[in-house]
Amino acid sequence: MVAASDPALLPESQPVKPPVGVACRQIVKEFGDGDAAIRVLHGIDVDVHSSELTLLVGPSGCGKTTLISIIAGLLYPTAGDVDLFGTSQASLAGRRLVEFRAHNVGFVFQQYNLLPALTATENVAIPLLIQNVPRAEALERARAVLDLVDLGSRAQQLPSQLSGGQQQRVAIARALVHKPRLLVCDEPTAALDAHSGQTVMELVRKVAVQPGRSVIVVTHDHRVYRYGDRIIEMADGRITSVQANTAHANPTH
Amino acid sequence: MNWVAWKMLNGDPIKYLGTVFGVAFGVLLIAQQCSIFVGIISRTANPVADVRENILWAMDPYSQNADEIKPLSDSDVFRIRGIEGIDWAVKFFKGTARAKIESGMFKQVIMMGIDDHSLVGAPAKIIHGTLADLRRPDAIIMDEAGYRLLWPGEPIKLNRVLEMNDHRAIIVAICDAAAPFQTFPIVYTRYSQAVQFVASERQQLSFVVAGVKPDHAVADVCRAINTTTDMRAMGHADFVWFIIQYYLKYTGIPVNFGITIALGFIVGTAITGQTFYLFTVENLKQFGALKAMGVTNWRLVGMILLQAAIVGVVGFGLGMGMTAAFFEVTNRALPDLRGLHLPWQIAAGTGVAVTGIITLTAIVSMRKVLLLEPAVVFRG
Ligand SMILES: Nc1ncnc2c1ncn2[C@@H]1O[C@H](COP(=O)(O)OP(=O)(O)O)[C@@H](O)[C@H]1O
Ligand SMILES: [Mg+2]
Repeated sequence: MVAASDPALLPESQPVKPPVGVACRQIVKEFGDGDAAIRVLHGIDVDVHSSELTLLVGPSGCGKTTLISIIAGLLYPTAGDVDLFGTSQASLAGRRLVEFRAHNVGFVFQQYNLLPALTATENVAIPLLIQNVPRAEALERARAVLDLVDLGSRAQQLPSQLSGGQQQRVAIARALVHKPRLLVCDEPTAALDAHSGQTVMELVRKVAVQPGRSVIVVTHDHRVYRYGDRIIEMADGRITSVQANTAHANPTH
Repeated sequence: MNWVAWKMLNGDPIKYLGTVFGVAFGVLLIAQQCSIFVGIISRTANPVADVRENILWAMDPYSQNADEIKPLSDSDVFRIRGIEGIDWAVKFFKGTARAKIESGMFKQVIMMGIDDHSLVGAPAKIIHGTLADLRRPDAIIMDEAGYRLLWPGEPIKLNRVLEMNDHRAIIVAICDAAAPFQTFPIVYTRYSQAVQFVASERQQLSFVVAGVKPDHAVADVCRAINTTTDMRAMGHADFVWFIIQYYLKYTGIPVNFGITIALGFIVGTAITGQTFYLFTVENLKQFGALKAMGVTNWRLVGMILLQAAIVGVVGFGLGMGMTAAFFEVTNRALPDLRGLHLPWQIAAGTGVAVTGIITLTAIVSMRKVLLLEPAVVFRG
């Protein structure tokens, strides 16, 4: 494993398990105030390893989206903290959290969320532009990542000219172009047919999973289970099990 | 990221053009309505505004405006001449007459009687014939638009004859007078003749027009007239304003126009604001995605302001062009609207208004973007 070359990421006590990238500590989330408050997450304690693909599964409404929103720094927990590659999220307030997100997190949404007025390349370049990479360089790097997701030939097309599966691949390229340490995908295949969903998941496995990077894919699509290295199961705002996935599709990884 | 903001606009040409045309249409409404209002109101003073010399006006204190006149007595001219600082003073008649043309058709005309000897108060722009011919017997000068009202579609021909109060009148010249408030022909003639052309009252002296000696201030001389005579005097600028004020205060015209103009302004504002607001709200999801990906609020504000500025500037330019084109076309096609144009003050005012509207809308839509929870991008 290449990650082993970075000693900071590999605690010596766990030689078999890859190092922990994201650690959730006693995360509680409530929506609303006072008596009307609804507790959605009841003290989540879970580690997400780096260099592998973690699936977060569970029935609809159990709190998966809420949990990854907190992990990705889009939502503040009511209580608890997230440790992201050694940085306590609670120590990052406001603007610093936004900047942390810009540099370290990639997002893939169920609805793709590409900017319709921008070409595939331009969409992919956005995370680099956010980091003030010069435009020409950003577009060039974006092109290269589009090649990685097999969309080099569609680089100049608008999202409306692409199929759903292709749009989601553009979204994956966009989520990876700035080499984030954490990639979160919320139901990336839910809007796709079986074949496109498969293509997308294969890409995530092949391109996204990298040494030192944590990849979390939220899904309740059983066909996707085999792509995960580890499966975290949730129900009613609690973690019910964490298991290494023996049946995953790419055991050679 | 400003580049992305720019792309968001012009990469979606239909939405972009829709927004720009919304703003342009709002600008057109505001500028066009305000210009017409200002144009119509300043028309009320046009018959006297055409008298150009450096002067004061004396009238009966009960004269309300240039149309509702209580005449002075003929001897009042001599009393004005006796006032310290007065250089010269002449009679000025303004009234209406009924003109009959060859076909037997009658038409009300505005009659301006100017001093027989000096011809003070004559129209400044003679476009056919010469002013000197006004000294000929029965001579009158008519404004071009008036001529076209009397003889629609006919070419301008001098020495045409019409009849007023059983007196012959010969058109010896055509002038280009500023459009009057009423769309009546304007007839200029010598004072002694004007009083014959209108059905006579005993006294006919509408105003005394007087020149002030160069070493005296018009205001001082007016004050002297106001205190030593039972007449009321004012300088030319005050007189024009006095007439406009009368219309503003006592006629329904400004109110009716005002309501139309206010409506135009409100509709224009609503269209401009609404269009831009919708544009931003429709992009809310995109802004949410950008926010999730780590665009700071400040940068989002910058992007929205940039989009607002681009839409505002292009829409304003287009709207102003449309307004100018509107007046260009109507000036040619509709004689009633002649002389109406887009004053630069209104163009500037519209610019300020549109800047305000768009800034306000941008702030309102920015609030929506700033309060947007980035987590919403995970929800459908
Ligand atoms: N902003 C919110 N306000 C109130 N309740 C919310 C909000 N977001 C999510 N919830 C509730 O939290 C629960 C978990 O939602 P979510 O995390 O979206 O579940 P999942 O992604 O597993 O389907 C649901 O009952 C949902 O209604
Ligand atoms: Mg969800």
